[in-house]
Amino acid sequence: MADQEKREYNLRRLHSLLGVIPIGLFLMQHLVVNHFSTYSEEAFNTAAGFMENLPLRIVLEFGLIYIPILFHGIYGVYIAFVSEMNLGRYGWFRNWMFMLQRLTGIITLIFIGWHVWETRLANAIYGTEVNFDMMASILSSPFMFWFYVIGVLSAVFHFANGLWSFFVTWGLIITPRSQKIMTYVVLVVFVVFGYMGIASLIAFAS
Amino acid sequence: MAEEKKSIKLIITRQDDPDGKPYEEEFEVPYRENMNVISALMEIRRNPVNAKGEKTTPVFWEMGCLEEVCGACSMVINGKPQQSCTALVDKLEQPIKLAPMTTFPVVRDLAVDRSRMFDSLKKVKAWVPIDGTYDLGPGPRMAESKRQWAYELSKCMTCGVCLEACPNVNDRNDFIGPAPLSQVRLFNAHPTGEMHKAERMDALLTEGGLQDCGNSQNCVKVCPKGIPLTTSIAAVNREATIHSFKSFFGSDYHN
Repeated sequence: MADQEKREYNLRRLHSLLGVIPIGLFLMQHLVVNHFSTYSEEAFNTAAGFMENLPLRIVLEFGLIYIPILFHGIYGVYIAFVSEMNLGRYGWFRNWMFMLQRLTGIITLIFIGWHVWETRLANAIYGTEVNFDMMASILSSPFMFWFYVIGVLSAVFHFANGLWSFFVTWGLIITPRSQKIMTYVVLVVFVVFGYMGIASLIAFAS
Repeated sequence: MAEEKKSIKLIITRQDDPDGKPYEEEFEVPYRENMNVISALMEIRRNPVNAKGEKTTPVFWEMGCLEEVCGACSMVINGKPQQSCTALVDKLEQPIKLAPMTTFPVVRDLAVDRSRMFDSLKKVKAWVPIDGTYDLGPGPRMAESKRQWAYELSKCMTCGVCLEACPNVNDRNDFIGPAPLSQVRLFNAHPTGEMHKAERMDALLTEGGLQDCGNSQNCVKVCPKGIPLTTSIAAVNREATIHSFKSFFGSDYHN
């Protein structure tokens, strides 16, 4: 069978896989490191410093973060574009999740674009120091604080609900019962990581 | 009970030909007991006069079995895609709004062309091939419990309601929709059909196939036959995962 014909299938499966591995794993790691900011400024700087000094950092960043997110984000916009929201007629829970998954994907992409510019590219280009103080000064503006709150919650929602879809897409949960239980599991994921993200933002801002 | 509900009000989205502009027309037909939408439409056909009293063309629609097994009379009734034969007037809010399903090209008025669904069934080989030059014999037996389960999937009448409700079946997307995905599961489960499983999976994973499902799960909610479409989709997803692994890591033959 010509593999050319399965291009779309392969891309969709790759898109689903990358969303969890490595992007989802990276998101969880990122939120855990950020959460050190709730302990103290030094604790955060130490944790962030540890990540910064990982060997082959630039390879890790490109291989596990930039390239997967670029693919996932750009292909994701295409996926959102080829769907047509019909909540007006069919306002059921899963249809809401379907719409929110696409909406939070777009918001997250915009947020990540800004976030990478501000906290990574600025460092690479101008040598801006990335530490607790940097975040504190960014988040001292109420606009940026709320922009970050929306961005972080969108990212966590997109990950949690995407995790549910991942389990369906790969055929790991089939029965309505298993899909329902998974809904509760990813709800816990959303609450836990959403809490960690917001707590870190508050710690930086205060 | 002297004629309390004297008439039924209907607002029908009409279209004169496949390229025509849709327009709405109101009708009032005399009420009878136990009417369904089709008998109301028949009343209009008998006396094609609209609510303003003007003579008009009779409203065109498709129907077949009149007992919700053929799928031909599907339309959007008060915003909900369903069969007009089992849509009982007494249970509908008035005025009853009738419109053709939007996913399919309109032939005329309420009749749509569902060819794409039949093409999809051909594409994914939703059948058990038994034709040949000699008698193939009776074939393997099927467990009764499995037959009963498979019967539920076989109730699909390609009515198009699941495609109508699916947000990924639209002009920008060539997704074949939920119905044929479930049919693949049905024929893959059949003891003889199973012999062609790999072929069916290969066809299902081409452009517009299984991967385009976005899990909005509207299909399973609207299916008039209660077919577990989303369970089928997840099951075929698992089959696709296994199929891909076998194709990539396995040998040069697998089923």
